[in-house]
Amino acid sequence: MNDMTPIVKTTPKDWETDQEVRWCPGCGDYAVLKAVQRTMPEIGARPENTVFVSGIGCSSRFPYYMETYGFHTIHGRAPAVATGVKLANPDLDVWIITGDGDALSIGGNHTMHLIRRNLDCQVLLFNNEIYGLTKGQYSPTSRVGTRTPSTPFGSVDTPANPCAFALGAGGRFIARAIDIHKNLVGVLKAAHAHKGTGFVEIFQNCIVYNDDVFAPFAEKKNAAANQLWVEHGKPLVFENGTKGLAMDMERLVLKVVDVVDGDWAAAGVIVHDQTNRGLAHMLVEMPFGMFPMALGVLFDDPRPTFESAVVTQNAEAAKGKTPDLQKLLSQGQTWQVEKEPRVE
Amino acid sequence: MATAAHEVTPQEASAHPTAESVVVRFAGDSGDGMQLTGGQFTLSTALSGNDLATFPDFPAEIRAPQGTLFGVSAFQINFGSTAIETAGDAPDVLIAMNPAALKVNAPALKAGGLIIADEGEFGERNLAKAKYAANPLTDGSLAKWQLLSFNISQLTLDAVKPFGLGNKEALRCKNMWTLGLALWMFDRDRAPIVDWLKTKFAKAPVLAEANIAALNAGHAYGETAELAGPMKQHHIGVAPTAPGLYRTVTGAESISMGLVAGVQLANVPMFFGGYPITPASAILHFLSRLKEYGVTTFQAEDEIAAIASAIGASYAGQLGVTSSSGPGIALKGEAMGLAIMTELPLVIVNSQRGGPSTGLPTKTEQSDLYQAVYGRNGDAPMPVLAARSPSDCFDVAIEAVRIAVQYMTPVMLLTDGYIANAAEPWLVPDMSSYAPFPVEYLEEVPEGGFLPYGRDENLKRPWVKPGTPGLLHRIGGIEKAIGTGNIDYGAENHQKMTEIRRDKVANIAVPDQIVELGETSGKLAIVGWGSTFGPIHQAVRRARARGRDVAHIHIRHIWPMPANLGDLLKGYDTILVPEMNTGQLKTVLRDQFLVDAKPLNKVSGQPFLISEIEAAIDGHLPPEGELLPADNQQLTTDESGHDDGSLRPQAASAQSAEGHSA
Repeated sequence: MNDMTPIVKTTPKDWETDQEVRWCPGCGDYAVLKAVQRTMPEIGARPENTVFVSGIGCSSRFPYYMETYGFHTIHGRAPAVATGVKLANPDLDVWIITGDGDALSIGGNHTMHLIRRNLDCQVLLFNNEIYGLTKGQYSPTSRVGTRTPSTPFGSVDTPANPCAFALGAGGRFIARAIDIHKNLVGVLKAAHAHKGTGFVEIFQNCIVYNDDVFAPFAEKKNAAANQLWVEHGKPLVFENGTKGLAMDMERLVLKVVDVVDGDWAAAGVIVHDQTNRGLAHMLVEMPFGMFPMALGVLFDDPRPTFESAVVTQNAEAAKGKTPDLQKLLSQGQTWQVEKEPRVE
Repeated sequence: MATAAHEVTPQEASAHPTAESVVVRFAGDSGDGMQLTGGQFTLSTALSGNDLATFPDFPAEIRAPQGTLFGVSAFQINFGSTAIETAGDAPDVLIAMNPAALKVNAPALKAGGLIIADEGEFGERNLAKAKYAANPLTDGSLAKWQLLSFNISQLTLDAVKPFGLGNKEALRCKNMWTLGLALWMFDRDRAPIVDWLKTKFAKAPVLAEANIAALNAGHAYGETAELAGPMKQHHIGVAPTAPGLYRTVTGAESISMGLVAGVQLANVPMFFGGYPITPASAILHFLSRLKEYGVTTFQAEDEIAAIASAIGASYAGQLGVTSSSGPGIALKGEAMGLAIMTELPLVIVNSQRGGPSTGLPTKTEQSDLYQAVYGRNGDAPMPVLAARSPSDCFDVAIEAVRIAVQYMTPVMLLTDGYIANAAEPWLVPDMSSYAPFPVEYLEEVPEGGFLPYGRDENLKRPWVKPGTPGLLHRIGGIEKAIGTGNIDYGAENHQKMTEIRRDKVANIAVPDQIVELGETSGKLAIVGWGSTFGPIHQAVRRARARGRDVAHIHIRHIWPMPANLGDLLKGYDTILVPEMNTGQLKTVLRDQFLVDAKPLNKVSGQPFLISEIEAAIDGHLPPEGELLPADNQQLTTDESGHDDGSLRPQAASAQSAEGHSA
């Protein structure tokens, strides 16, 4: 491990640590961990150049289980710590592991600023719509009426929509995936390939406090009717190609249309353009029930990253200047005292 | 306070302190440019070779309503041919640009002092705003001072007439007219100010010319006008200072340069995460311009992100630095705990201000000592250092960097609003005289295997940069297993890790405490920390000149404290602790050493006056005239002609300077 010979190829096993994984049996986090460990060899990642940074919560234990560098920080602050890591060493591949409470409640401010600055990193937001580690209180993504120890009569506040939040903050890569779905690896690879903040909302099942909250679309039997996996350049169809999304031109909103004999074009189905920000807004805002859940890479349109701008500006500002501390100390108007005036 | 580089001679120590120094206060509306005027007067004073200290005192509002009492901005400067360590107790000269400035500042003026007022601003409206029932310039209420009033506004308008400025713009030159007059009064050269104006208004030459005309007119007014008695020209002699190159420096500048010097000596790049807050922002501003020194600055979204990003940078192998003021420091508290738990180097600068809560943003206080030493959850020991003056900030900043990297720990550096803003002459240090302390990252698996929480003889754990092959590991805020750093909630492990963290900080090598002035034992010790240095030092010097048995001890290492401090304190009958808080160092001293430290407190947002401390010294000693201890008196007699009790034979003096080893 200690020689500098490049590791030609890693296997998912190389990314496992000797630490005992301490999530509840059946937790969706196991599936995400496996998916990430499968992703790393496929993207040619190097363990020593990879840093996992997390906040607080069940998902934030993640770094202990990855054979990389890892920093389990404090509640909500992972984006801020990650920003310091990346600015100090832009060559590192930084992954932020966070949850709905960590990223959108206590750390909402940092998440917003991370995304608007566009730090080059991946954000995996494990959304289980509940506070697991503190034993089941409702979270900022819990639906209205969620009964928990802190909301025995049901929650009354409107939940946050993570992808809409990320888009609104100026996100340049927005994706959704499901913990146990095979497409998760592909989404993670796309997020990694994107230069800038790759924001991925992962629907993650909390088997203890919020079991099956995503079952209406995540369960296999509901998948066809309620999952719409978008692909750039492909029509937005679901239910085995029998339904699609088209524009309601009068109200300028999306509508579900029937596709007959696979002729999606005739039905007016929209072709997904992952660089179309307006379309992305509509996809992430689709009310589930009336619409399927839009999944996959919903928006991907890179812009220059924060750390590259900082590095460039630092280099520009330093150009032609030699650091001379003695000169710095002596700057401004100075005067020379030759000898103590009153000493004989 | 050039005395940092100057050994006070017996003659100076015994000199009457006011004879060769003058305190001038410029006061006006916050829009009148008083800070600028004061700053330029400071520069010209420094260039003329006087020692000096300044005290900028301005409102929190950027542009408070014109003419109001709360919109008054003042700048005080004390300069002289003797060693100057404070901005002076009571001004000798007050320059009041409007009634509000007069009203707020006149009470501080020395009896018999000189008031120069712009009578052009003493109209009914402004008098009402300043809550004057009658015009004080004419009703005789200023009789205990000397008064000179003339229409500075009109004189300025006349002077800048040729430049065709609007009335408002023309009146903005008032401060330069006033500065011109002050330059004449104290026989100062105008040339550096003229140069500065030309640079400042390079893009608007007409403004430069108008301001220069106002400056010259003010100067000429002093020279030619037939003024009444008090208005005469003074020449203040050159202050004795050690030979070398000097400049003026504020605490914010000095801390910034000290941090840069520190990371150069440590051979590590600096990452500075900051969030705007008064009075700490000046450090962020200064460092933002120093890209060529390997400094990355990051204005974060909040105080928490500022420190969290600095911790991230330290984790990645740079030295993380963050800076704030009281309320911002409170927000950073949890992250400090993370740095303590993960044992990463970090420097946290706290420019203290009046509290609690938002408190007094632009006024000074020393009330964050508890917060610095105790203000975190859990047993969270952290080294704390305190700077005593603007120039001292440089060395204290280097010391903070040294401790942070040599012990892998966050360090808090305490300064305050007074130090941050005040300027003083500074003997530019010779960087080649500082010993480097380069950091060594762990880059290979050491003999016997790699332990992320393995320790050296100082209990320091290794610093490993992500990107290093073979040393992969995970850290975090959860309790660590001894050695491996893996998660460990075990009872015995937590007991031991808590003790290790405590011992690591407790055993940091700090220099022994020295006695700044006086004996290493005796009747009374005045024990201070931070920016009270100046007034304490002068007060103790004056009291000793009167034969009082009093010593001055000033603590830089607040935590851990110097090993000899307890024994040293026990050598005095009485320990008096002047602080700009309600007694925080006093409590720590009592707790650490079981000594009967007595408080002397001031929380008015203003620094201590020398006279306040001198009075307290007398209050804690037997009435004057009572004899000094026999041996001491013997020495005083031996050194006939020197009435300063601090004079001792060379050997005793040297012992005092090196401190009393426990």
